[in-house]
Amino acid sequence: MRRAVDPPHDAVARVELERAWSTPPGFLGWLTSARHTSVATRYIVTAFGFFVLGGVLAALMRLQLARPNLHLIGPDLYNQIFTMHGSTMMFLFAVPIMEAFAIYLVPLMIGTRNVAFPRMNNLGYWIYLIGGILLWTAFLLNVGPDAGWFAYVPLSGPGYSPGKRVDIWAQMITFTEIAALVAAVEVVVTVFKLRCPGMALNRMPIFVWSMLVMAFMVIFAMPAIMVSSTMLAMDRLVDTHFFNPAEGGDALLWQHLFWFFGHPEVYIIFIPATGFVSAIIPTFARRPIFGYPAMVLSLIATGFLGFGLWVHHMFATPLPQLGATFFTVSSMMIAIPSGIQVFCWLATLRLGRVVFRAPLLYALGFIALFVAGGLTGVMQASVPLDLQVHDSYFVVAHFHYVLIGGAVFPLLGALLYWLPKISGRMPNERLGRWGFAVLFIGFNLTFFPMHVLGLGGMPRRVYTYAADTGWATGNLMTSLGAVVLTIGFVLFLANVAWTLRWGPPAGDDPWSASTLEWATSSPPPSYNFAYLPTVDDRDPLWSPTEQPVVTGLRTDVREILITDAIDATPDHRQHLDGGSIWPFLTAVAAGIGVITAIFTPWGVTIGAVLCAITLTGWFWPRVPSGREARRSA
Amino acid sequence: MSRIALAVVTPALAACSGRPPVLDPGGPQAARIASYWWLNFWIAVVVLAAVIAFLVDTVVRRRATLTTAIVPVEPRAERRVMIGVSVAVGLTAVTLLGLVIADATTGRGLRSLSGEEPAVTIEVTAQQWWWDAEYWDPVPSQRFRTANEIHIPVGRAVLVKTKSLDVNHSFWVPGLHGKQDHIPGHNSSLTLKADHPGRFAGRCAEFCGLQHAHMQLLVFADPPEVFEAWRAAQRRPAAEPTSQPALRGRDVFMSGPCVLCHTVLGTPAGARLGPDLTHVGSRTMLAAGTVLNTPGHLGGWITDPQSIKPGNRMPASSFPADDLQALIVYVSGLK
Repeated sequence: MRRAVDPPHDAVARVELERAWSTPPGFLGWLTSARHTSVATRYIVTAFGFFVLGGVLAALMRLQLARPNLHLIGPDLYNQIFTMHGSTMMFLFAVPIMEAFAIYLVPLMIGTRNVAFPRMNNLGYWIYLIGGILLWTAFLLNVGPDAGWFAYVPLSGPGYSPGKRVDIWAQMITFTEIAALVAAVEVVVTVFKLRCPGMALNRMPIFVWSMLVMAFMVIFAMPAIMVSSTMLAMDRLVDTHFFNPAEGGDALLWQHLFWFFGHPEVYIIFIPATGFVSAIIPTFARRPIFGYPAMVLSLIATGFLGFGLWVHHMFATPLPQLGATFFTVSSMMIAIPSGIQVFCWLATLRLGRVVFRAPLLYALGFIALFVAGGLTGVMQASVPLDLQVHDSYFVVAHFHYVLIGGAVFPLLGALLYWLPKISGRMPNERLGRWGFAVLFIGFNLTFFPMHVLGLGGMPRRVYTYAADTGWATGNLMTSLGAVVLTIGFVLFLANVAWTLRWGPPAGDDPWSASTLEWATSSPPPSYNFAYLPTVDDRDPLWSPTEQPVVTGLRTDVREILITDAIDATPDHRQHLDGGSIWPFLTAVAAGIGVITAIFTPWGVTIGAVLCAITLTGWFWPRVPSGREARRSA
Repeated sequence: MSRIALAVVTPALAACSGRPPVLDPGGPQAARIASYWWLNFWIAVVVLAAVIAFLVDTVVRRRATLTTAIVPVEPRAERRVMIGVSVAVGLTAVTLLGLVIADATTGRGLRSLSGEEPAVTIEVTAQQWWWDAEYWDPVPSQRFRTANEIHIPVGRAVLVKTKSLDVNHSFWVPGLHGKQDHIPGHNSSLTLKADHPGRFAGRCAEFCGLQHAHMQLLVFADPPEVFEAWRAAQRRPAAEPTSQPALRGRDVFMSGPCVLCHTVLGTPAGARLGPDLTHVGSRTMLAAGTVLNTPGHLGGWITDPQSIKPGNRMPASSFPADDLQALIVYVSGLK
């Protein structure tokens, strides 16, 4: 049944490919790398670093809330901590890590050598890193943002948040917007133009579809936050009064703009997670995904609907009832495509077999937790019920079910699933199962009582509560659950560390999976495939027919095959850029500009001049290097 | 897996000692929302149980290992499952439609109260981090203000107009109704009704800065005659102090920093920056529900408000010991 897509071939080609595609050694090579797997690995490690930091903040909050009237953390620090927790998890962990997986896996899954714009890819990473360092340095210097990850005006405006805390937040947003847009454009172009011959749109793995939908959502959602965070920064820096009601501005406008980004943001995190599940389940069900067209259409429908329900975050504001009803219906409607996906996963398992391995456990846990979180989501689509539970701990419970249960569980499963590909070593199955069990129990112990706390009237974002509120037991249970949850994460990380150090060799395809990333060695060579594959099936590695490979691409220079956007018929050969120091320098230039703009409007000018210089260097026309010129002559 | 779910649910239910206010309605609106909640709750339980049961059943029946050959796609089985999936999607859509209808009915029920002529109109102005409440009356001399504690008559519609002086806040008394945001520059209101006497805890639900945690509001639903008596008392200016310490306390108040921010009707103190203190002695809590209104807490609040409620707008004031005692006697006597 299985057969190699990558046939034996002459060693000369491999040597030449390696020379053409490898990254130069040393520190400079590290800064300039244009290799999608290196940049993505770096992205994944950095995002996990921020995940751990965000988790430490969560643990601090649970410590403070464990008992009523504790004074371990004062209100000023607590407000910074919960703002940092939300901002770190959303902007520095969840979105970047999804993009990182896309950057790592999409080129391998569609059978090409790299992403479409390797240098821009590198730029995105450095920009993201600078943004993250800015936010965390500020926090450690006690200038961490403290107006919430949503930064509602007027509280975040110049009148009520003097100092630079909110400016740090607004500019961190600028960095992550740039990084996210860069990655999104990267994914869209790579998916549309770089697919291997034969991989028509209707043969693309669901995973790739989910990353494509995610990328389009980023492109349409990010401008809203870009506009609003810039307006906020201008209100604070040059007194523009966009959001100042005393000067004709509007405080509600912020909420519209923020949630027009903020709600799609949730799906930007969730849709890639469904992509992980759609990759894991068929492998361990030993059959193709059930209902491929329905799955793809559900993803696209979710992508569209995700933009039509932002007002359900604003039901308690003075808005007309009729409008609210529209958003109730659209919010409930999104349960239909989500339901279709869940039913198709269940059907896939039912029609196939169930191979009980750790990555699948995470996918199964995801289904249970996501259905639970989705059901409480349907409750909040209703205006009357939302008026009660909005901004209470019920909401905190709900979105941790959909974000941890619905996105982090698939992500951890995905990491175990692709770790053999990334590292070349197999994770420990026993440790993987224990990690899952402890995480699953710890997660429910932590977040289930929060539903009850919310119905008990406990609002979000309070740094303490009185003993007579009736919330003490629920909070203590939540805090104890957080201890179990932490142990689960430690077990997971221990498994990753064990794998990297002692894991047995994985081989090319340890799970006997069906997609192209398993057709090359683990870890993949710098050129991904010695010969680009072709496909005639949605599950090429399970296809019984022998497939030809692409020949005729040059092996001595970086050359890729561009194919048609719909049918993936070969179109032309394209030279791809190699590593360069200019993306790094551009990121530094932009970083100087954006950070200076926190303190003076001149930052914009300085940043523009520096970026103009570095971009000129980046795009300066160059004569091909000696070897390339010789070869093409 | 069901055993895990059970182990999770049982202690969580045990944790809700006493019924949570959202599910223990004190008025018709909260009752409507609570019944809509129970509809949702049972639907959620059934759906979640069905999905988990199906999952567990599948796992038990179809266990295999990685070496298992790829399961061939059988058109007949596919078709059967396709029908199953379509039915499930159809049921989802029908359930959602039912929920939309129930939601619209509940929403209409909530709004029906706005049609009633309100017996009392209260303008609640939220600010960092307390609530100013003005009981409105067409006759200006009959209006009065209080802070952080409002009284309403049982069985009558009460119109609450929500305004904000600074940042966003949200008015939430879960035993009576859902939230209404206070947004500067936007007027909004909600209509409440309590159907039995009682004390309902409320709090600010929208993050509003340092002391968001200590911005509470108490609503006392009184039988109509009790309410009328309370309202009549609140309309009167502060009583003349009779005792010697109280008289001295009044002098300390009027000559000290207190008058810069507070009002005591019937005296020269008329500033509006802080809560109206005309009848502060009749309130149960201090500092927007932070501490009980006892002479000891009052003294602590006057001399060191920042350690009770860090970041709040009340500055610390120092008085000689006997002046402080007199001040406490005077202020707690403002019944």
